[in-house]
This record gives sequence, structure tokens and C-alpha cells, in this order.
Amino acid sequence: MSNETKQILTTDGIPLEISLKKAERKNKIKAFLLVAPLLLFLIITYIFPIGEMFTRSIDDKMITNMLPKTFKSMETWDGKELPSEEVFASFLSDFKILVDKKEHGKLAQRLNKEKNGFNTITKKLFRQVKRNKIDETQSIKEQIMKVHKRWRNVEYWQAIKRTAPPYTSAKYLKAMDMYLNEDNKITQVSEDRRIHRILWLRTVEVAFFVTVFCFLMGYPIAHLLATLPMKYSNLLMICVLLPFWTSLLVRTASWMILLQQQGVVNDFFVIIGLVSDDNRPEMMYNKVGTYVAMTQILLPFMVLPLYSVMKTISPSLMRAGKSLGGTPFVAFWKVYFPLTIPGIGAGCLLVFILAIGYYITPALVGGASGTLISNQIAYHMKTTLDWSFASAMGLMLLGGVLVIYWLYNKLVGVDNIKLG
Amino acid sequence: MSKNTEFVKFDKVDKSYDGKVLVVKDLNLNISEGEFITMLGPSGSGKTTCLMMLAGFETPTNGEIYLDSNPISNIPPHKRGIGMVFQNYALFPHMTVYENLAFPLRVRKVQKDEIDKKVDKALSMVSLSGFESRMPAQLSGGQQQRVAVARALVFDPAVVLMDEPLGALDKNLRESMQYEIKHIHENIGVTVVYVTHDQGEALTMSNRIAVFNDGKVQQLSSPDKLYEEPVNSFVAEFIGENNTFGGEVTDISKEVCKVKLQNGEILANPISVNSKGDKTTVSIRPERALINPKDKMDNNQTGKIEEVIYHGDHTRVRLDLLGNKEFILKVPNSSNELDLKLGNEIKVGWNSQDARALDPK
Repeated sequence: MSNETKQILTTDGIPLEISLKKAERKNKIKAFLLVAPLLLFLIITYIFPIGEMFTRSIDDKMITNMLPKTFKSMETWDGKELPSEEVFASFLSDFKILVDKKEHGKLAQRLNKEKNGFNTITKKLFRQVKRNKIDETQSIKEQIMKVHKRWRNVEYWQAIKRTAPPYTSAKYLKAMDMYLNEDNKITQVSEDRRIHRILWLRTVEVAFFVTVFCFLMGYPIAHLLATLPMKYSNLLMICVLLPFWTSLLVRTASWMILLQQQGVVNDFFVIIGLVSDDNRPEMMYNKVGTYVAMTQILLPFMVLPLYSVMKTISPSLMRAGKSLGGTPFVAFWKVYFPLTIPGIGAGCLLVFILAIGYYITPALVGGASGTLISNQIAYHMKTTLDWSFASAMGLMLLGGVLVIYWLYNKLVGVDNIKLG
Repeated sequence: MSKNTEFVKFDKVDKSYDGKVLVVKDLNLNISEGEFITMLGPSGSGKTTCLMMLAGFETPTNGEIYLDSNPISNIPPHKRGIGMVFQNYALFPHMTVYENLAFPLRVRKVQKDEIDKKVDKALSMVSLSGFESRMPAQLSGGQQQRVAVARALVFDPAVVLMDEPLGALDKNLRESMQYEIKHIHENIGVTVVYVTHDQGEALTMSNRIAVFNDGKVQQLSSPDKLYEEPVNSFVAEFIGENNTFGGEVTDISKEVCKVKLQNGEILANPISVNSKGDKTTVSIRPERALINPKDKMDNNQTGKIEEVIYHGDHTRVRLDLLGNKEFILKVPNSSNELDLKLGNEIKVGWNSQDARALDPK
């Protein structure tokens, strides 16, 4: 029988499968060509930059290239006592090349990041080298050790060795307030310097609550939109979409006008006597401001998926629920609500993912206690110019989003998402 | 057991949605217990509105509806205990067939084993045993329909409302479902209020039919009476096929009246004409007019064949008769000896009893 199925031919005697492929090839090529611009665009603007970010975040080649001989000779060093004469000699020769290229400053900076104190001793060594004080016929080890007492400290040589691998996880550890200590163990930084972990937690917390607020406010609006007659629902839809048509910056600025201590909301509270004039609550430059502004800005992203799902739910289902004896609440909870879950999933995922990387609004209205991890990333991009650190944090954010997506898929199922 | 003839009672019910137009006008309707009553009418005639008022999804603008002598206008739908089958079935898509049927029982806090028993019984009633764990989307239209019927009956409601439940099914399935619903009704004796715009459905299933038009019940009677003795030209037109002549009454007695047409004169049965000079529409069912009648008929006319349409079991012949070019005759297929050719002149006769002189169109 299998023989028979293999032998199906078209009337021209060509095997059917080949003929089918031939007939569909043109369509496939056409379809691919239609997608090709977007694919190319995505590769150039999305996949390639992410790859670039990743290599940048773990890249530590600079120093590997600066001290090639040193690291070569260090390979045999056990790292417990001071290295041998050979290591000192190759370090000096590497260092001289750097001095010639005027790159010794970079080395000092990089080593200082690994261990405090390198700046001083590298400068001292530089001066000695510049003045040709080091006699290469004598023991180089002895001479270098004389330059500064830290050169006699094995910990500094250990620090140099740690920088040998061309890749490092230091940026990722730093983003979690951790570092590799002298024994290559992951250690937490001292408590008063743990700033990133607070930011991560706050980011997740803000994103979570903004999602919850958006859901609580968006669900009834979406329901109303889906059930109102067309002429009213159109008007309401415009109201929902109005924020989309306004610049993000303008919206955030208007929240600043509303929420500041001498702002409209506070004035109103004072007028109706809710608060006294000299005791106006701070609603901006803290988490409250971030919550209020972000919820308002992200609300449409919750309403639209919910609306598109609710629109497809036949009103007769609720009626059926009621006519079968369910109270309005039971009919809602057992019939209507489960059917809106795809919309809830889509809306929540959308709002959460947007909120977790939100930048402008927390930067403007967040103040010190309302800034998020994205603001920290921007800070390192623009101010400290530590792009590899910014990249590491950006990728961690991306990883976090992917984890949430995966979790969502496990719990609800991505097939259940409905965006419209 | 004496049956309550006013089990469901519409008492002077008016309904308006916008305060300008009455969708239902002064509706008075009594439905007796165990009856299968159909509300039949064109779309927009107010029949579905009546059903929705009975179910509790709309409130009467004026008047009152009684269920078993209790006014129900102020009772919310979920407390009325009325089963309903919706036009698009309205099965809960996220629940299995079992869960769908168990829903009305669960909200009534019925015990689990009792639920199992009742669901079982309801499913076997619609011959769907073994489908408990299917999802509605996995069922065919006809099967979904049966589940919807079973769900509306599973909690033993006193009244079941059906809102064009067969509208989405194909013709064959629709016919077999008609008999099935009719049999279920006969077996369990529940009161059924059925809404449809399909007259065939109404005629085969109902005990009584209420023909709706323009927010009013035009005629309420048994299917045969409705067909044989329509009380006005709307009903005559709406139910079955109908040949009409417009004319003026020239002579009238108790049994018979003379109607003058544009070119000719016929004898008719005066139904809604009272005196000479009344305008009228005379209605004759196609099967009551015979070709070459052997017996003596009150009316004998000659017509020219304009069209012959073969219908399998019968042939339809369109005649030009007394100026009416749309005069239809139904000829059973057994009578082969007739010479039905285009352009032929044939003799047609009917009794004045069957020519009903109704209100003018």
C-alpha cells in the first residue's frame, strides 16, 4: 500500500509531491520577499545590537591584549606566593610597550577597578620607567618591589591574574551588588553599597502594581466599551486613545503640574479642606508619582486587548448564565470572566513588560525613591560611560522579561494571548 | 390534573425602547400549562421582545406578565426558573458538555450524585450520552443545539423559551430537530414558548401559533386553523402560499358575497367584509383551486399557463387568471394526463367557501 502512495503521479507523469512543491514554490518565494524587509530590519536593529550588547557586557579583552606576556608567564604561577622573576620581567616589558603607546593610564584604571590602590603604584612604576631607573641587567623583581610596598603584596598580583580571561561576569555580578573576591568566590558588597538590588526590586514592584492598577481600572472600561452602543463606545474609545495621541513628554509634564506640592491636586485638597496648607502631601518625586503617571500612560495597553476579547463574547452567554439560575455575580465570575482571561493575559503581559523598562516617566516624576533600573542604565550610558555595565543590566532586564514570558506560558499558555 | 390555562399570562403589555415607537402594542396572551406555543412573525414584529420580557432581560413598559398567577416583572431573570435556548446556542465555550449542563444545577446547590444523574438523563434525552467531556467547539451545529436544549431542560423549569433555536442549521437537520424537540415536549410535558420566523417550523411543532406583525398578535390559533382560516390578509399572506384578488364587494349575504374584480367577478366567503362597496382582498390557497374540476364548483374560470415549474412531488403552474398573472396552482405529480404546456388555456374551479374575502391590502 505504501508503494501505491509513493507512486501517485500527475497526469503528466511527474510525482505529485514534486509537482506540488513546484507549484507552491513561487508563492513561498513571494511570501518570503514580503517578509524580507522586516526580517532584515529586525536583524539589523534588534538581533545584531543585542548580540553586540552581550559581547560588550562580558568583554574583558582590553587588558588581555595589554599584558599578553605577563599572562603567558603567569600560567605556571600557583598564585599563592609572589610570582617569579620571569613574571615580573614580562610585566615590565608589557608595561614599557604600554608607556610607549601612552596606554598605561587605561591599565591603571582597569586594574584599579579590580583592586583599589593600583592607581598610585602604577603611576609610581610609570615614573621609574620614564626615568629609565630600572636596570634590566639586575633582578627586575627586586626593583619593582622597591617601587612601592604594594608591589610586594601578593594580593595585587593575584588581582592582575584575575583579569587574565578575555571574558568576565563582573558586570553581571556588579548589577546584583556582588563581586568576585580574591579567592574567586562570589561575594556581596557591603550593605551600604547595595543600590542595584533595591532598584531591581523596586522596578519589579512598580511594574507589578502598575499592572494591577491598570487591570483594575481597565477591566470595567473595556467592558463598557464592548457593551455600549456604537455611538457612545466610539466616543469612549477616543477618550481611551487620547493619551496615545499626546506626546509622552507632554503627558508626564502635565502630571508634574498636577501632582507637585503647589500643584492643582494639592490646591484642590487644600480648598476642600482635606489637608492643611502647610502640610501638603508629596505626591511627586516619589513612588506615588511614578504609580499615578505610569498607570495613566499604560492604561490603553490594558484596555485595548481586553476590549478586543470582550467584543467577541456574545452577550447571550451572560444571559444564558442568568436564565440558568446564576446570580449576576455568578454569571460574571463563572462565564464572563474565564472567557476574558486571554485578554487579561495579553494586557497584563504587555503592561508589565512595558512598565519594567519604563524610563522617561520615572526619570521625570520619580525623584530619588521613584527611579527604576532603566534610569540606572541610562545613567551609566550617558554619565559614567560604562557601557558594558549598562549592557549587562539591559540584558538582565531582557532576560527577566523572557523569564516572565516563559512563566506566563507555563501558567496560562501563550496560545491564550489575544491582542485583537 | 386540571391544567392551568393561564399559566403564562401577558396582560396589556406594551414595550417601547426609545419612547417613540411601540415595539409591542397591548399584548394579551394566555399560555396554558404544558402547551407548545409559537410566536411567529417577520423580523421586527416584536416576537423576540416578548420572549425577552418573559425571560426577564427586558421589562415591559406597561402592563404585567404573570407566571403561574404571580406577577414577574420585578423578579430578576435568575430567579424566574425559566429555561432558555438561545439563537446561537450560547453554550459556555470554556466548559465541557457536562459542565454546561451541570451549571444550572450547581448554582442551585444540587448534590453531586444528583447532578450526575440529571445530566445523564438530559443527555440521553437528546441522544448525546457519552459526550460529557467534549468541548462545545468539538461538536457539530446540531449537537450543540441538542446540548443547548438539554441544558435548558436539565433543571426541570416550568417554562422553556426557545429563540429561533434552529436558525443556524441546514434544512435536513432542522427538520429532524423539529420532530425531536416536539417529541421531547410531548414526553416531559413542559410549557414551551418558541419564537421563529419559519412558518414550516411553526406549523409542524406547535399546539398554537401566535402570528405577530407590527407589535400585535394578528391571529392566535391552532396550526390547521391558521392555515385554513386566516382572519386577515397578513396572516393569509404570511402562512403558506396564497393567491389573491383585489376587488370590491357588490353583493353580500351571510354565506357568500360577490366580489367585482378589475376584469370579472367571483364568489367568495365573507370574512372581514360587512357591506356592499367594501374593498377586499380575496385569498385562495393554491391547492384549493382545481384544474378541470369534475364536480360543480362555485367559481369556474379559464386561465392561460404562463410558467410550469417542476418540483419533484408536484408541479407548480403559474396562470394568468382574471388579470392576476401570479395565480399559482399546485398539481400533484400523479395526474400525468394533464396537458400542462406554456400558453395553453385551462379551466380552473374553486368553491366560494375557500375564497376568503379579507381586509384589503
